[in-house]
Order: sequence, then C-alpha cells, then structure tokens
Amino acid sequence: MLAYIIRRVAQSILVLLVTGFVAFSMFSFVGDPVENMLGQERTQADVDRLREQLGLDQPFVVQYGKFLQQAAQGNFGLSYRQGRPVSDILAERLPATLELAAVSGLLALMGGIGFGIFTAIRRRGVGANVIMTLSLVGVSLPTFLIGILLIYVFSVELGWLPSFGRGDVVEIGGWTTGFLTASGLKALVLPAITLGLYQMTLIMRLVRTEMLEVLRMDYIRFARARGLRERAINFRHALKNTLVPVITITGLQLGSIIAFAIITETVFQWPGVGLLFINAIQFVDIPVMAAYLMMISVMFVGINLIVDLLYFAIDPRLRIDGKAGGH
Amino acid sequence: MSDHQAEIETRRTPGRLARAWDSDLAYSFRHAPVAMVSAAVVLILVLSALLAPWIAPYDPFDPGSLNLMNGFTPPGQPNAFTQETFVLGTDDQGRDVFSTILFGMRISLFVGFSAVLLAMVIGVVLGLLAGYLGGWVESVIMRVADIQLTFPAILVAMLIFGIAKGITPPAYRDQMAIWVLILAIGLSDWVQFARVVRGATLVEKSRDYVQAARLVGRRPFSIMIRHILPNVLNPVLVIATISLALAIIAEATLSFLGVGAPPTKPSLGTLIRIGQGFMFSGEWWILLFPALTLLALALSINLLGDWLRDALNPRLR
Amino acid sequence: MTKHMLLAATALTLTLGAAQAETLRWARSGDALTLDPHAQNEGPTLALMHQMMEPLVLRNPAGELEAALATDWSVSPDNPDVWTFTLREGVKFHDGADFTAEDVVFSINRALTENSDMKGIISSVASVEATGDHEVQITTKGPNPLLPAALPNILMIDKDWAEANDTVDVQDVEGGEETFASQNVNGTGPYQLVSREADVKTEMTVFDGYWGADGFAMGYSDIVYTPIQNPSTRMAALFSGEVDFIQDVPVQDLQRIESDPNLKIVSSPQNRVIFFGLNVGDTLVNGEGENPLADPAVREAMNMAINRDAIQQVVMRGQSIPAGVIMPPFVNGWNEELNTVPEGGVEAAKAKLEEAGWGDGFTVQLDCPNDRYINDEAICQAAVGMMAQIGVTVNLNAQPKAQHFPLVNGLESDFYMLGWGVPSYDSEYIFNFLYHTKEDLYGTWNGTRYSNPELDEMIKAIAAEVDLDKRDAMIAEMWEMAKSDTVYLPIHHQVLNWAMKSGVGAAVDADDQVKVKYFTAE
Repeated sequence: MLAYIIRRVAQSILVLLVTGFVAFSMFSFVGDPVENMLGQERTQADVDRLREQLGLDQPFVVQYGKFLQQAAQGNFGLSYRQGRPVSDILAERLPATLELAAVSGLLALMGGIGFGIFTAIRRRGVGANVIMTLSLVGVSLPTFLIGILLIYVFSVELGWLPSFGRGDVVEIGGWTTGFLTASGLKALVLPAITLGLYQMTLIMRLVRTEMLEVLRMDYIRFARARGLRERAINFRHALKNTLVPVITITGLQLGSIIAFAIITETVFQWPGVGLLFINAIQFVDIPVMAAYLMMISVMFVGINLIVDLLYFAIDPRLRIDGKAGGH
Repeated sequence: MSDHQAEIETRRTPGRLARAWDSDLAYSFRHAPVAMVSAAVVLILVLSALLAPWIAPYDPFDPGSLNLMNGFTPPGQPNAFTQETFVLGTDDQGRDVFSTILFGMRISLFVGFSAVLLAMVIGVVLGLLAGYLGGWVESVIMRVADIQLTFPAILVAMLIFGIAKGITPPAYRDQMAIWVLILAIGLSDWVQFARVVRGATLVEKSRDYVQAARLVGRRPFSIMIRHILPNVLNPVLVIATISLALAIIAEATLSFLGVGAPPTKPSLGTLIRIGQGFMFSGEWWILLFPALTLLALALSINLLGDWLRDALNPRLR
Repeated sequence: MTKHMLLAATALTLTLGAAQAETLRWARSGDALTLDPHAQNEGPTLALMHQMMEPLVLRNPAGELEAALATDWSVSPDNPDVWTFTLREGVKFHDGADFTAEDVVFSINRALTENSDMKGIISSVASVEATGDHEVQITTKGPNPLLPAALPNILMIDKDWAEANDTVDVQDVEGGEETFASQNVNGTGPYQLVSREADVKTEMTVFDGYWGADGFAMGYSDIVYTPIQNPSTRMAALFSGEVDFIQDVPVQDLQRIESDPNLKIVSSPQNRVIFFGLNVGDTLVNGEGENPLADPAVREAMNMAINRDAIQQVVMRGQSIPAGVIMPPFVNGWNEELNTVPEGGVEAAKAKLEEAGWGDGFTVQLDCPNDRYINDEAICQAAVGMMAQIGVTVNLNAQPKAQHFPLVNGLESDFYMLGWGVPSYDSEYIFNFLYHTKEDLYGTWNGTRYSNPELDEMIKAIAAEVDLDKRDAMIAEMWEMAKSDTVYLPIHHQVLNWAMKSGVGAAVDADDQVKVKYFTAE
C-alpha cells in the first residue's frame, strides 16, 4: 500500500516537473515581455539591461531552474505587468474563478441529472427529444459567441442582468465572495450559464444512457413485475445506480471547467484567474503564466491522484498489483 | 482444425459481421427521422464545401480580386459605390459572404476531420498499448495523458504555433496555420480515445477468446489488431463523431483567442470571430450567416453522434 | 425627530461640498499597470494617474501647455541651458503635506533614475535644484528650447511620503519586492485614491484640498474606473447603461451610439499616425535574391498602390485622415503640402514597377500587429489586396504586439506596420526615433535599415538650435529629404472617439489622456 502511494506520488511530481519544463520551453514563443515593459523612448541599452535583470538572456532551462528553486521556497516572483507578488495576485483572483466554477458545476449537475432522468424515462416522447436537440444547440456554437449573445439579449436588449464583472463583493478573511449581495448574484447568472452549458449537456447524456441501461436490468424488471410504483422504481432504484459514475465524471470535469473559464472570463470581464492568464499571455508576463500553469497542473494531478488512491482503497486487485510492483 | 474449416470460418465471420452491422444500423437509421435529416444536412454541407471552387461565385482567397469598396454590402442590395450585388452581402474586406462561407467551411471541415483522425490514431494506438501491455508502458502513457489534460488546447496551440513559425519558411506560413490547428486540436483530444480504448482493452483482454488466441501463440501485436481492435471500435466511432463537432467548435474558439486560421484565408471560426465585432453595428449578415452555417454543421454532427451512441450501445438494444 | 433628520441631511449635503455627488463610471480596454508615476510610460497608466497626480506643466485637452504645479517658467537670458520654474503656492498633497521645491527636485530625480521609464523623455536634463521654497532651476545638457513640452507626463509626488514609506526607488520588477508607490498614491491631483483592485476596479473621490477646485469644471465627485477588454462587452456595458464613459470605441459602433438619444460621441484627430515601414537594405529577411524594396522606385510604386480613401471609407468608416507623411497633424513641422497623398493609383503604380524592372512582381511578407492599433489587422488585409493588384504578392503575418514589435526592433521584418505618437509635439522626435541610423541612442525604432548621414547630422543639429525660426527651416528641409526617399508608406492619422452618456461633458484630448477635472456633468 505504502509503496504504491509513494510510487504514485512520485509519478505526480514528475508530471508537474515535465509540465513546467514544457511551459518554460514555450514562453519565448509567446513574445518578448521587454517590449511591453519599456516605453516608446527606451534605448537598446535599456532593453539589454532589463533582459539581463529578468534573466531572459539565459536559456530557458536555466530560467526554469531558477523558477523551480524559488517556487520550492513558495516564491513565484513578481508579475511583470503589475509588479506585485504573483502569489498575492493568484490568491486575489482565485475566489472569483472558484465561485464561478462551483455555480456552473452545480448548474450543470442539477440540470444534467434532471433533464437526463426526464429524457431517459420519456425516451420516445416529444418533450425528451426536443430537450435532447435543444441542449445540443448550446454546444454547437463556440462559447464566446454564446456569451456575447446572452449579453446582447439579457443586458442590452432586456437590461435584466449585468454584462461584465462580479458586481459588489464582500470580503471575508481574504476571500471575496459575490454570493452575499444581490448584484453579486445577478452577475453570476450569465457567466455561469455560459460556462456550465457544455458540462450540462455532457452530464445529461451520461445520466440518460446510464438510466436507460439500468432500467433494462433484471432487478428493475423484477421490481416492475412485483408491482412497485414507476416513480419508486425510477428514483429509488434506477437513479441510485446511475449516480456513482456521474459524480466521478463531474469531479474529473471540474478541472476542465476551470480551464474553459478562460473564455467565459474574457467575454464577461470576470476577474478570475482565467482572465489573468489571458492578460498574462498578451503581456508575456512569464511569472504569472508559469504560476497559473503550475496551479492548474497541481489541481489536475491532485484530482487524478485522489481518484486513483480511492480506487486503490476500493479495489483489492489493484492492491495486489501494487505490492507486486513494489518489490 | 482442418484447412477447409478454417476457410469457412474466415469467409463467414466478416460477412456475418458486416451484415449484422449493416442491418442493425440501417434499421435504426430508418426509424430515426432526426438522424436522417441530420445526415442529409451534413451531406449537403460537406458536398458544397468540397465543391466550393465550382459553386462559389467568387474566390475570396484571391486578394487581387477583392475590391475594398465592396465592403459591408447588405445581402441582396447593390453596393452604394460599385453597384455590385451579393446574395448574402459582403464582409469588412469586400468579400462575398456566401463564397467565403463555402471556402471557410472547407477549411473548418478539413481541420476538423484531420484533427479527429490524428487524435483517433494516437489515442487508439496508445490506448491499446496501455491496456494490453500494462506495466510501465501503461504508467508512462497514462501520465503523459495527465500532462496533456493539464494543458488547455489554447496553450498547446500557441506552443506548436510558435515552434512551427520558427521553422517554416515565410511563403508557407499561410498553409502552416492550418496544420498547426490540426496538430493542436488533435493533440489535445487524443486522451479520451486512449482512455476509452484502454478501458475496453482491459475488459476484452480477460475474455476467453483473447486468452485462447494467446495460448495458440498469436503475437501480442496481431491479437491487438485482429481481436481487440474490432471490439473497441464502436465507442471509438461515437467519440469520433462528437469530437468532430467539438474540433470544429474548438477551431472557432482558438480563433477568438487569436490563434486561428489566417484572416486572409478564414475558416468558419475566423469569420465568426470577425463577425462578432459587428454585433451592434447593424451589419448582422457578417455574423449571422457564418454562425448559422456552423450551427447547422455542428448540430447535425452532434445529433448523428447522439443517435449513433444509442444505436451502437449493445445494452440498449 | 423630523428636525433632527433634516439636520442630518443638511450635514450630509454640506460634507459633499460644492461638487455634486456625481459618479463617472469610466471603462476602457486595459487597466493601468501601476500607480508608480515613473515606472511605466504607457497610455492607460498615465491616463489613470493624471487624475491623482500632476506635472509642473500640463497639456490641456486643446493640446496647449498649461500651468499646473508651476505657474511660470523661463529660460535664463544669460545661459540657454538653465530654466527657472516658479511653483504654485498653497498646493497640498492628499495627505495634507505642502507641495514645495524639494518635492519637485525629488520627483524629477526619481524620474531620471535607471529603473524609471520616464528618463527617456527628459534625457536632456542634467540637474535640478531648489532655489527657493517655490522655485526650481533645471539645467539641461546643452540648450533645449522644448524642455517644457517634455514635462507634462512627469508627475510630482511627496518626498517625505516616499521616504516614510520606503518607496524612494522606482518600482523594479526584478528587485523581487513590490513597492509601496505601485499601489498607493500621494499626489496633488483633483482626485484621491479610495480603493484599487488591479484589472478589476479603481475608485477615486474628489480631493477637498485641491488647489484648482474652483478653476476647473470638476463635474464629478467620484470616479469608478473599470477595464473591459472584450470590445463587444465594453459596448454592451455602455448600451445597457452600466458605464457612463468609454474609450477605445470600435469604429463600426459609432453609428449606433449616435442614433441612441441617450449617448453621444466626442472625437478629435489623434496624436498617432499609422504607416508601413520597408526594409531598404541589400537583402530580404524573408526571401531570396535581390531586395526589390532597396529600389526607391519600387517603394514609390507601393506607396501609390495604397488606396487610402478606400481604407478610410470602408475599414475606418471615415474615422481617419489619409496621411502623406508620418507625422500627426498639429506637430511642429506639419503642413498640408507635406501631407499630400501620392497620386497615381493602380495603373501608374504598375507602370512605375515595370519601369523599375519588377514588372513581374515579387513576394514579400507583411508583419502586422493584431491587438495594437484601430483595425490594424483589417488595414493590413486591405493592403494585401491592394498590393496584389499591382502584382506584388504579400503574405500576411498578423500576430499579437508582443510578437510583432520584436521583429521591428530586431530588424527581422521586410514590411511592417507601425504607429507613432509624438508626445513632444515636435518633428525632432520623429526624426530621432524613426529616421536616424539605428544606433544605441538614436533610430531605436528605425526598423528599415535606412541610413542617411546628411540627415543624421541635421537631426543632431536641430536638437541644439535655439533660434526657432532657423530650426523650423531646417525641419522643413529634412522632411523634403525624408519624403523623397519613401522609406515609410504613410496610411492615415487615427481619429480618437470617446463615447459617453449625453449628460457627460467630456473634453477629448489628442493624446487619449482623460483628465476628468475638465469634465462637466449634467
């Protein structure tokens, strides 16, 4: 058991190191930060001096080494763009992204399960087919266009919801939340729908397929034969058995919601880490890009690791494998 | 087993397989009007994209033939300066929107198909290897998949874009952008193929027929290709269909982030990115027509994917 | 009880002072990078800081120099290198400290330090000293008749405040520590900082002790500044009434704004000219064989092929002024004749190319930014078509500015787009950076390899010429020389548009620099 965990954690650390290496190898292709950091009147001497100060004249392997060295001490450097510690900036921006991800994840889960059940039970009904088709419209257009269309309809034409930002936020112990004000909640609606639409369609289809499969199982047929009420069968027996894979998948999708947030945040000027990352790319803010990518990697690798370890705890066969591998 | 028997086996098996496939799918298809309509839409769009050079009234990719003064002509109305008329109007560069959509769809479809093919080949091969061989091969492949998942497609695209820009001669950079998109989308999409194939391989591996083939002394490579691969193709086909729609959308998204097809040879996604700038200005046709085309294309492919998923799911028959 | 409430209400109105409680919600595409006045010489950064800090000499919305923290300035009759600035009395910083000569000496010296991004603008300053409580003397390295014009973006901060908060040095990213001044402000400006979240929101409120409280419109008591990056979202925020005033308005949306009774546009020619630069060296960077662009006749043909009217009408929707010279109007040295757009059109250009021996055309790559100037990518696209009409095949390489500008500065482009603003409002600035042979201190933005020793000499000569008439004559001669070599292909002068609610009385300014103290509110 211990050997397996150690091996698995070691693999995860290796993944992180490789991620960082790939990231640093591409930064030089994003552009030259010095161009953005110095004004029109700069001289060649200024450019060379700054480049040397930032260590940009070094090969990327050296830059990466320096980054790792500092990161190991919890120091991600100063943002080229804002001149503030990257860790502070990320800590400021993370609540916005996490709240948005949580709301859209919840929306996707609830909508997905609800519509999934409905479309499974009424498989051949008109309503179910309309829902199935309509939900696909949402994933058949690029996210940025859906966001802009929602803004056009609900902010410009109807004037119901704000078009940008988070509204008023309340700060509680370093965490800013939009959940406690009316304008904060209103501001969440459009971005959460934009971000959650794709996941909702995904979950809905998953629930539907699982439900359909379970409904054909012998024990459900048996329950039906015993004269149990349809509702009891659908919800007590069938749904229970579909939820395990659904929740697993949703957990794994959380990471991709945060990655996709890049687009949604750009369209809605949502002050989260995705927008920060896009700004960092435009400015070639290497410390911010590096820290963001490492953060995302840690998140993905962490989720994977937890899932694997859970499986390990549940599935005895893996345990034997693990032992064999350990020796 | 006599030679005669073996001959009968080999002759019968594929025939029976093909028949079963055909009849089941065909039956299901005939009873799914949505699938039939979708297939028709996809067919029409793909055909018109393929035949664009012959159907399209103009060649929007030839910069010398464009007249900037034709810019922003509304659909069906003569241009104020040049008096020329265009069915679906013109865009900001004076390009005929109808022709540009046809040519743009060619690029979108080409990028989509190629990217999915790339993802499928990589994913199936790695998934088979991981599932069948196990051990350190599996560990390495699945960890690489983890790294891959970490990188949003846009980053993969920018990385490949940068490197490719460094190594291609300038005259070929226009074409390069397309291949970079294919590479970027393909590389960010193989993981799900690999995961599904690996899972299916693990299941098939323990089946009796594979064990039997092993005992007979078949080499692993031959077992993977002959026995396991045909049995994992159904989920692969479903993923491929949905991935095609996703890849076409992904191309549009990358374009919004500034790493798409070049503006001189726009794809549907680039057209939508350009068109969304005219959302408030009254030139609705620059956005609406490409967006509708993309919607029709992606929606139809998605609907086909939905139908295919149900039709090919043995547990739902 | 009622009386009590009434009293409270009166007290409330009184504390708000003379200015009515009007809030200006202001949005543009990007945020200020810092609040340290000497760390970044960049448009949006300076625009935000100008609300809270002030220079000695201000450029007002009309483009004229105006007395701000200095009331008077003059050059010494005995020594053209020495300038005396008389400072305004009774000026307070936001924290209540008095503004004195010491602060000026401190601020200018700070702006001259190595990490300062402003040092290039005032590189002619040799030293500055306090000659009284409210008088400073600035000594220049050789005569500089244009010193006051270099000062409008050199903002003053309080010396004691900077020392007390350990922020004497300009923000240095590599230093590893964030500086106090990058997040905090103690200026003399009309508004003081209330709160700031970088990239999200900056709030300011009127400064009660402002010296000019009665002298300017001061229509707004509060300012809320929000960056909104995506153009469609920014427009949506204006249309839906969530913001009152926006910069960086897409040209295609002007018509809709004008047709909306609640909104209006204010425009002015901008201090920025857009043009193409050409590699006039012996070899092409991207391509083989002889460089066709080395031949002035080829460059002239390309210049003729650009249909500036079409770009103005279609791409820019009328929001540009076709340019014949790479100098914004209202810069010293500008005249109508210089700005004459080359005549000829496609046929004449073709003939010219034929004559130069390039009748079969050639292939060249055009490098273009896609996130820097108004419709930059669309202009380049249009140029590709116009060049194709005279047989020149152009491969367009449009990319973000962070990748584009290194090509220009690294001499890695044959054909590139560039825009130029002239903060000093004088031709010398253009010649210095764009025409002089590329050297360490001169020609830093000359990506063309153009080198004309005669012109170089004159560029150095006008810098020291105190006789303004003579100097102007030299500038005119230099423009003749520069124009006849056709190193650059001018496209247009940008027109600046600000959109706002009809109640906002904004004074548009050619440098795109908002100064809310001149705004009226209805």
